[in-house]
Amino acid sequence: MLRLLNIELHKLKYNSASRILILIYFILLTSIALIAAIKFDIGPIQFHLAEQGIFNFPYIWHFNTFMASIFKFFLLLVIVSMMANEYSNKTLKQNLIDGLSKKEFVLSKFYTVIALAFVSTLFVFLVSIILGYSYSDFNEFSIVTTDLEYLFAFFIKLVAFFSFGLFMGILVKRSAFAVGGILIWFFGESILKGYLFWQFKDLDETSERVNSIMQFLPLESISNLIKEPFTRLSAVKTVAQQVGENLSKDFSVQPTDLLIVSVWTGLFIYFSYALLKKRDL
Amino acid sequence: METILSLKNLNKKFGKIHAVNNLSFDIKKGAIYGILGPNGSGKSTTLGIILNVVNKTSGEFSWFDGKISTHQALKKVGAIIERPNFYPYMTAIQNLQLVCKIKEIPTTKIEEKLKTVNLFERRNSKFRTFSLGMKQRLAIASALLNDPEILILDEPTNGLDPQGIHEIREIIKNIAANGTTILLASHLLDEVEKVCTHVVVIREGLKLYSGSVDEMTASHGLFELKVESDSSKLLEVLSQFEGISAIKEEENTIIATLSKPISASEINNYLFKNNVVLSHLVKRKPSLEQQFLTLTNNKS
Repeated sequence: MLRLLNIELHKLKYNSASRILILIYFILLTSIALIAAIKFDIGPIQFHLAEQGIFNFPYIWHFNTFMASIFKFFLLLVIVSMMANEYSNKTLKQNLIDGLSKKEFVLSKFYTVIALAFVSTLFVFLVSIILGYSYSDFNEFSIVTTDLEYLFAFFIKLVAFFSFGLFMGILVKRSAFAVGGILIWFFGESILKGYLFWQFKDLDETSERVNSIMQFLPLESISNLIKEPFTRLSAVKTVAQQVGENLSKDFSVQPTDLLIVSVWTGLFIYFSYALLKKRDL
Repeated sequence: METILSLKNLNKKFGKIHAVNNLSFDIKKGAIYGILGPNGSGKSTTLGIILNVVNKTSGEFSWFDGKISTHQALKKVGAIIERPNFYPYMTAIQNLQLVCKIKEIPTTKIEEKLKTVNLFERRNSKFRTFSLGMKQRLAIASALLNDPEILILDEPTNGLDPQGIHEIREIIKNIAANGTTILLASHLLDEVEKVCTHVVVIREGLKLYSGSVDEMTASHGLFELKVESDSSKLLEVLSQFEGISAIKEEENTIIATLSKPISASEINNYLFKNNVVLSHLVKRKPSLEQQFLTLTNNKS
């Protein structure tokens, strides 16, 4: 396993485009901390975002993992190109001739995905811990360690999303088209969602019915893992209650979502391998 | 002798095209094999199958008597297929380090092999800055990194200038002199004739001949004959001579293929007695090229 990871890191290490993208990604992850600097000071209205409770434990785990996952597209580019470039440079053929099996080839990419997801998770953990201890109102150990499942969900989310990127990279063989393919897939899911809403518009509990179907689709299930954290914020809730909205929603990480996403990850990796095995190079 | 590679009834179909048709042959240790065939005859597909990049339709092949799996076997093989494929953004050394990691061998031989192919000076240049000849030489260095039991070359001189061709041939000859088994696919006959001891001829995926180069070129030879006057008389007289298997006319020259050893004076004497005076008579051994053309044309 270390050998395969080592081979893949050797390929990534010397590729300046990938290096720059990875660097930008981690700088962006750190930039979550900049939210702390958002401050309005207009006469009587004083607003400091960091003071509004977004960096309170355990809410910070939810907020930061959600924000951090927005930046995953930068790493997606790295992952799609590291797969598609093997086709365009024909180095995949050379790797196989040199004695790498097709299984090892896919695994080396998958291990890299896991490694990148793990480092991202670790990074978000560190940034959150530092921000949390600086701004959180509660620093008791038991509260700090509550809701850590968001980090786990973040990790699973990245692994699944990048596995999807790997699969599209193998399927389409060209980086730009593979990224385009992912976008088309996303639009496809959105259109299906719209269609389902239209179909069920006369029935009771429309959105529940739509979600019961949509939750099984890959991109939807990946985005379901960590739900948007904004309406959970007490400040927002207060405002909502004042205008008569009752926001009651389950924000926690759902085991079914984790299961669906893990199944998709497995399928993407398996189909990547099956596709590679079937193809003549 | 130890068998390095064995092919049994190998088939590959691309849709309706039967690229490799029931191909069987063995590669023994220490010999130099040439796979000959016109363009599109299935040479590269055959090599692709044994190198794990093309899936076979049916049949079997086994490396080293089938003792190890194909991808493990390939770690003991050096292969160059068509164009050299490396990572353009890595230097020569970085590319070779990667190959070492894949083949699970120490990186200690990189410098030595780069010197073998005269690329040591350019070891820290990126692959994309290399000329085709340099790329091809880097590919050879990469194939030699593991001191392979067998070196597989597919059209190694394709697309190179005369100097490049010469350099690559010199390198191949040196490697062959060290006793490394070589499998060379080519449509360049003189290339095969110069370096190979054994030859497999294929056309449209079918094996036409397999055996040593000497046996293939060994025959009773042929006569080239010319007369100044009417050649029909010559043709008629020749056809009555016992021991001539085929006669054909090529641009005023008559070529008579022999089925038993006949000396030049013997035939000259016979023709003179029959009132045919020759203006030109040469006895020849057929070259590999002629044998090859005979083989590949026979079945068309």
